[in-house]
Amino acid sequence: MEKILDVKELRTNFYTDEGVVKAVDGLSYHINKGECVGLVGESGCGKSVSAMSILRLIPYPLGVIEGGEILFKGEDLLEVSEERIREVRGDRISMIFQEPSTSLNPVLSIQRQLTETLELHRGMKSKEAKAESVRLLDVVGIPDAERRVKDYPHQFSGGMQQRIMIAIALSCNPDVIIADEPTTALDVTVQAQILELIAEMRERLGTAVLIITHNLGVVARYVERLNVMYAGSLVETGPTDEIYANPKHPYTIGLLRSVPRLDQPRTEVTEVIEGMPPNLAHLPAGCRFAERCSFVMDQCREEKPVLAEVSEGHFRACFYDADKLI
Amino acid sequence: MAEQHNKLVEVENLVTYFPIYSGLLQQKTGDVKAVDDISFFVRRGETLGLVGESGCGKTTTGRSILKLEEPTSGNVIFEGKNLIEMEGEPLRKMRAHMQPIFQDPFASLNPRMNVGNIIGEPLFVHNLAKGKELRERVEDLLNMVGLAPQMAERYPHEFSGGQRQRIGIARALSASPSFIVCDEAVSALDVSIQGQIIKLLIKLREKLGLTYLFISHDLSVVRHISDRVAVMYLGKIVEITTSDQLYKNPQHPYTISLLSAVPIPDPKVDRTRKRIVLKGDIPSPINPPSGCPFHTRCQMAVEECKTTKQELRGVDAEHWVACHRV
Repeated sequence: MEKILDVKELRTNFYTDEGVVKAVDGLSYHINKGECVGLVGESGCGKSVSAMSILRLIPYPLGVIEGGEILFKGEDLLEVSEERIREVRGDRISMIFQEPSTSLNPVLSIQRQLTETLELHRGMKSKEAKAESVRLLDVVGIPDAERRVKDYPHQFSGGMQQRIMIAIALSCNPDVIIADEPTTALDVTVQAQILELIAEMRERLGTAVLIITHNLGVVARYVERLNVMYAGSLVETGPTDEIYANPKHPYTIGLLRSVPRLDQPRTEVTEVIEGMPPNLAHLPAGCRFAERCSFVMDQCREEKPVLAEVSEGHFRACFYDADKLI
Repeated sequence: MAEQHNKLVEVENLVTYFPIYSGLLQQKTGDVKAVDDISFFVRRGETLGLVGESGCGKTTTGRSILKLEEPTSGNVIFEGKNLIEMEGEPLRKMRAHMQPIFQDPFASLNPRMNVGNIIGEPLFVHNLAKGKELRERVEDLLNMVGLAPQMAERYPHEFSGGQRQRIGIARALSASPSFIVCDEAVSALDVSIQGQIIKLLIKLREKLGLTYLFISHDLSVVRHISDRVAVMYLGKIVEITTSDQLYKNPQHPYTISLLSAVPIPDPKVDRTRKRIVLKGDIPSPINPPSGCPFHTRCQMAVEECKTTKQELRGVDAEHWVACHRV
């Protein structure tokens, strides 16, 4: 399999009054060509910062990418010039953000926002770009595209706005789409529509997709591989089915158990993970999950576990005996 | 009469419209029909879930019951007294028995008050305790929700989302109410923290004999915590039944599609489920469709649905559905 995006030992820090916040701390993962990968974690675990780092969208000088490599088709995006990264942004790698209402420009018509990318990256002339913008809206399922393309963002519902965001993201046939919590702000029925649309587009265009989310349920059906992130780095990674069936990190196990499931009897009390994630400005020495872990040992507080393979393609960062975790 | 006595809250034909004024003379041109003639009851010690998508009127229902919104018509009978006819001092006194917990723990706590004052305010307002007694009561409450008593001196910004929600719960409990309206009380929280708060709410319900109206858009959470669930669509209740029946035997086409859209965090199970993707968006509550409000998106709609309003009809004593097929 050809890796299209390979993130290696990425470290991104934020320099705040409270100290150095290590938002992303030694994060590694990859996406193969045409693959759909999930990155799951709770708020503040650094998942969005890692995505922003890929496109170098970290607000300098507050945030600084301190180290690591981001290989896109073999080219290190952290090393390339400002011009080159601009070519990549929105053209080869595009993003879909959580809040469509804040990521669309309220004073530009939908058409203008679509043609902007088309003219900039695909060198289209105004007339051609306009025709293409109508086609794109049609592709993402906006009824009456010819007329609606002249409308402004506020005239669309949240779900429709997210469809427009997807149309913009698709406009240059990118190699990778990074969808950062694409459905979190939407209702469940609309959420289903949007995820189906992303899956359909991926199938049709062969685009690789990275879905970033806090909701383990949302990605279960769509992603082939899953990366679970906690306090700045991965704690578990592997094929989706394998991780849901045999989670091998106490955090993943806890996450899966703490969500009530519709298909299970109601009487089962959900077990919960006690405590809170660590402060990223004052990280503990050993394993970052140690404070909340029910399997914690002395070793966990002193040494930071690294990812090790438990079964084919399934890695986890934990010292506890993998077969004894229940 | 036992059943009669059992009902803590009875809502009869509740209607809450928000008038729209427009034009130069600001004349009334219409109504947002947020809650449109709904009736239900909540038994003593029971948790009734109220579920629906954004804009369906579930929050307005909760607020109207607490008389935080002035209902347009209808009755809310609480402990045998009609709240709609009450005003002034008697209403204020009644409020000690019914309290809200809000969604956003960042917006619902006064940033200039310390936690002790936030939690103690209902006690002070309702003249239930003062001085040393008040301080002790606040400490008890903090303990009860899993926070340290010393935290009374601190301010909301010093707390995380989950801790703030615990403060919100302590405030709701301080005047020893019998009825609590939880409006999306766990929606803004992370998965692992959400589990903790659900567990706390269940524990408190058992310990203090509370009755909840649990409003949320998240069906899995609602089903987990509630004894019965009411499903709302466009200002109407379309189905109301026990939590177990809701999943096993949903009757209304809207309930069925809503259930099918909820993802299950298990890829093997989720991939085999048939997802009924609803077409289009929720119609505007300013001008809801005639007849059954769901007929514009319903796959089973017949001619009758466009013209005839559907009333809730009993499938059995505990299961009521507003659909022509029942």
